Amino acid sequence: MENEVILIGLAGVLASAAPVIFATIGETFAERSGVVNLSVNGTMLLTAMAGFVAAVLTKSVVVGFLVGLIVGALVALLVAFSSITLKLSQVAVGYVLTMTCRDLAYFLGNPYVGIEGVRINVVPIPVLSDIPILGTLLFKQDVMTYLSFILIVVAYVWIFKTRPGMMLQGVGERPAAAHNRGANVNRLRYIYTVLGGALVGISGPMYSLSVKAGWQGTISGLDGIGWIVLAITIFGAWNPLRAAFGAYLFALLQWLGLVLQPVLTGIPSQVLQAAPFPLMILTLLFVNIGDAEWVDRVLAQLPEGTRRAIVRIFRALRSQPPAALGTPFERQ
Amino acid sequence: MQHNEKRWQNLGFQLGAVVLALLLTSLVILAAGAPPLDAYKQLLKGAFGTKMNVADTVVAWVPLLLATSGLLVTFAAGLWNIGVEGQIILGSIFTTGVLKLLQDSPLPPAFIIVLAVLGGMLGGGLWAVLAGVLKTFGGVNEIFGGLGLNFIATSMTIWLIFGPWKRPGVGSMSGTEPFPESLWLPTLPGLRLSIWAVMLGIIALVVIYFLLQGTYFGLKLKAVGNNPRAAFLLGIPTWQYMLLSFFLCGLFAGLAGSLQVVAVYHRLIPSISSGYGYLGLMVAMLINYQAFWVAPVAFFFVALNIGSIQLPIALKLDSSLSGVIQGSLVLAVLVVEGIRHRLLRK
Amino acid sequence: MEIEFRNINKTFGTVRANIGIHFSIPAGTIQGILGENGAGKSTLMKILSGYILPDSGEIYLDGELAKIENPADAIRYGIGMLHQDPLDFPPMKALDNFMIGKPGSLFPARREAERAFLELRDQFGFTVDPNSYVDSMTVGERQQLEILRLLWLGVRVFILDEPTTGISAQQKEKLFLTLRRLADNGNTVVFVSHKLEDVEALCDRVVVLRRGELAGQMTPPYDTDRLIEMMFGKVIKLDERLPCSATDQLVLRLQNVAIDDYRLQIRNVNLEVRCGEVIGLAGMEGSGQELLLRACAGLVRTVGGRVIVNGKDLTGKDTHSFMRHGVTFMPASRLEEGLIPGLSINEHFILTGEQKGVFIKRDKAKSYSQNKISEYSIRGFPESRVEALSGGNQQRTLLALLKEELSLILLEHPTRGLDIESTIYIWSKLKERCAKGAAILFISPDLEEILQYSDRVIVFFSGRVSPPLDATLTNVDQLGQLIGGKGWEEIFEKEQVGVSNAAQ
Repeated sequence: MENEVILIGLAGVLASAAPVIFATIGETFAERSGVVNLSVNGTMLLTAMAGFVAAVLTKSVVVGFLVGLIVGALVALLVAFSSITLKLSQVAVGYVLTMTCRDLAYFLGNPYVGIEGVRINVVPIPVLSDIPILGTLLFKQDVMTYLSFILIVVAYVWIFKTRPGMMLQGVGERPAAAHNRGANVNRLRYIYTVLGGALVGISGPMYSLSVKAGWQGTISGLDGIGWIVLAITIFGAWNPLRAAFGAYLFALLQWLGLVLQPVLTGIPSQVLQAAPFPLMILTLLFVNIGDAEWVDRVLAQLPEGTRRAIVRIFRALRSQPPAALGTPFERQ
Repeated sequence: MQHNEKRWQNLGFQLGAVVLALLLTSLVILAAGAPPLDAYKQLLKGAFGTKMNVADTVVAWVPLLLATSGLLVTFAAGLWNIGVEGQIILGSIFTTGVLKLLQDSPLPPAFIIVLAVLGGMLGGGLWAVLAGVLKTFGGVNEIFGGLGLNFIATSMTIWLIFGPWKRPGVGSMSGTEPFPESLWLPTLPGLRLSIWAVMLGIIALVVIYFLLQGTYFGLKLKAVGNNPRAAFLLGIPTWQYMLLSFFLCGLFAGLAGSLQVVAVYHRLIPSISSGYGYLGLMVAMLINYQAFWVAPVAFFFVALNIGSIQLPIALKLDSSLSGVIQGSLVLAVLVVEGIRHRLLRK
Repeated sequence: MEIEFRNINKTFGTVRANIGIHFSIPAGTIQGILGENGAGKSTLMKILSGYILPDSGEIYLDGELAKIENPADAIRYGIGMLHQDPLDFPPMKALDNFMIGKPGSLFPARREAERAFLELRDQFGFTVDPNSYVDSMTVGERQQLEILRLLWLGVRVFILDEPTTGISAQQKEKLFLTLRRLADNGNTVVFVSHKLEDVEALCDRVVVLRRGELAGQMTPPYDTDRLIEMMFGKVIKLDERLPCSATDQLVLRLQNVAIDDYRLQIRNVNLEVRCGEVIGLAGMEGSGQELLLRACAGLVRTVGGRVIVNGKDLTGKDTHSFMRHGVTFMPASRLEEGLIPGLSINEHFILTGEQKGVFIKRDKAKSYSQNKISEYSIRGFPESRVEALSGGNQQRTLLALLKEELSLILLEHPTRGLDIESTIYIWSKLKERCAKGAAILFISPDLEEILQYSDRVIVFFSGRVSPPLDATLTNVDQLGQLIGGKGWEEIFEKEQVGVSNAAQ
């Protein structure tokens, strides 16, 4: 019995990680092409609201997700236009968009706060869901969670195994060389940024129509997840598999926080909600600290064997961004 | 002659950006089912309708002025100090802490206030240095470090309000027990406006202006901001300057948070920073990091904030409209500026 | 394939890189394109390979107008280019580099690609390993990789831009053999270079570009003086070797210095540098000379031994301590590491000059900058932003920024991308510094420059460091061999003798 509860809890972890996976992989695509879309947090809030409202008005979750997808793509299109065509600072535009989209979500979503909406259902897969343990874990989920499993695999295969995916790696790594091999660098950047935005746009309604169904305005508890998504993209070293691992880890920790809350009396729930953020900082610290200059200096003092061992650990942890991330490309 | 023409052209583009922003927000208001003109009228009325409204706008102007001034220092050093929001919060926490510690002491109240304000500045400064250390020694980008620290600062406030500093009885969202009136910064009769606070805000801006325009320190910061590697090879201690710029910005942000306690709320409340840090980043971007424009633009932005407070009652609109207007404006200006550059290059 | 350029024009900002270029290249030949840096050679070749678009003009292939709008078009016509800095993806494997850009199905056949790679490689006797990472390969190997890639794409016109820069003598020999073979098989090879001897040794015919214009053409036998005249407009003689102004006073002493990079290890470097002396560091890119130079500036941490500057042990200290002891470092990348884009010349002088008080005295600073600008004949104003200056003027600015009292000047590629006049000027200024007692250590890929200006030469080969060689007793051939890893036993034997002599 106890085991069953834990199993259902873990299945819930897989489901609640699904939107994070969509958004992280979306951002991974954009950044792999060389564009940082910093608007994720705002986009997720705006699409959560827009998808929810659209689903309520049309009584169709499909329309809700479509609206999320379109809104996310449009915001990304704005990022692409200003950073690729106008060569504005990607950070500046992303920041303004993330703030504006958030306020827009609260402003336009105001009349719909607390309204009862629609949500997507769990669809157990026949036969497979009867497998002990794995059945409960993997095959009694909703459609979007199934899609998140598929997305991880497809994104990984696309980036590392297919011809266009290898070119995508090249575009983010060294656009001049990609151009030299016949790629239209800026067109590819547009495509992947908008595609990435669309995936982020789907992640919003995944909250408002499933994981945290409904729209609660400023207390929806979604503000901040977009920033975690950006951090997991870094932690994931722009690799969908490692990113998915990060997303599941995040969801697992959140669930543990909830489960342990009764035990940790005296800590207000708001404090537990902020727990992911120190973790985010620590994680980024681990994947980046190997590059710090003072680490070099300290290492130089160590005996050769120890030094080599530590350097190897840092190199394994390290997450190296695409070399041309954030730099515009212009053909002369 | 040609110079003049260019100036008019620039003005034309900037006007275009403002019109574009107005158009966008009007569409958004229409989408929310309200008449845009009424909404704008209500905003103006809310910000300037009564003497009280004007005073409130000026009260809100001070922290934004301070946060933006501080941010100009970090921007000069090429840093995105998004953690400024948390630095304001730490300013409030430290000030509250000092006041709580000393409120029953025999020290003269004015002295306690000064100590509390200094403590608040220090709190903001240290929190900023933390983000700086994470960046310079840990390789954690200041955007993520700062943002994480903001969320930590917020939950720290809540923990304090519901935990160690809770009101006698039960902690509540209304904040800690208010301080006695003797520990309030003197205000204008009948208003919440403190001349002291306004003076401090203006002095801060002037100091920053001269620091960045005329001193060796300012020029070195700019060098570090534009090319840290070359600045280092030219003999400038780069990471020290980065940390120093974080610290300076944190001092100003801490002062803002401190004044929120001693001049405005007289206690620690959950959302003590009111988003002025995030807003300061928007202001700085809109004015292209030129200290000269901080005062008017910051004033306009807080007028929108204060003006929007009555929106839910008057028009059943959410007060986040101010954020939508501010965001659209910054976005429109950035994009129109980008388009102008692109056209001129051709 | 016969290639014909008709009236090609291309302008970058205010620079006219190609002006009415008009000539043709017959099929199956090795065509040399000669000219000094900035003559417009690369621009013309990038236009032919579709990498950039011309402002006007046409290219005819076998008498038919070709529409080359991007590199993919050029490849379709069978034209491929090997850029000076090979355009590859450093963190990826050679095989991935080989495959990216090759059209085909969604899932590329890796095994087939590897087979093709190995087949072509063996056919040309190359040594690249398909599974090694590009960032661990030498420039020569990266060139081989690019040539293999172009071959696989079915290219029949090979453009090579300055391929002999940064590779060893051995690799050059190998490259020339390959190019001849390509031409013998009916391919056209376009060989772009500013090195007379390379062009003369290899090419069936040559055109010369000067300041964006076609200056002339020639077929063998080559008249070297005439070629030089076409290149420079007038015959330029390198100045006389300047005498060594070394004294006995030691500036820098390296004792058993060891440096670790994740790619190479340098061990047991011993060196004594005297006041007024110039030491050239030669070697292929990434052979260790960059590391040692930076270690002398405190920019790279040593893991063993001592670095002593002016009698003071600075081992393990940071760059700023080295600077306080009169050491300065001038990086190769001017706008990335040397100057600060966004700041004016004047602001640079303020930053490096004397600073009294808190506030900047702008007027005084401006007149100081004005003086320096005329002293170093920098084409610019105190208010000019450094990124708006030409490469030569940026280098002059960097030089003008050097403090007055310096004891050790470390230079990375001091004349990279400069025309011959600027080069001579820069070196005259540097030699003035030596006369005042400064010692100079510099890196250059150009062996002629090293022999011309150094008193002693140190050669690097994948982390091995030669003893200092007397510049008057060595020559380009010997240096070329050493750079390629040949002839090392010989110099060490000599060194042994030298050491034992000194011991007696």
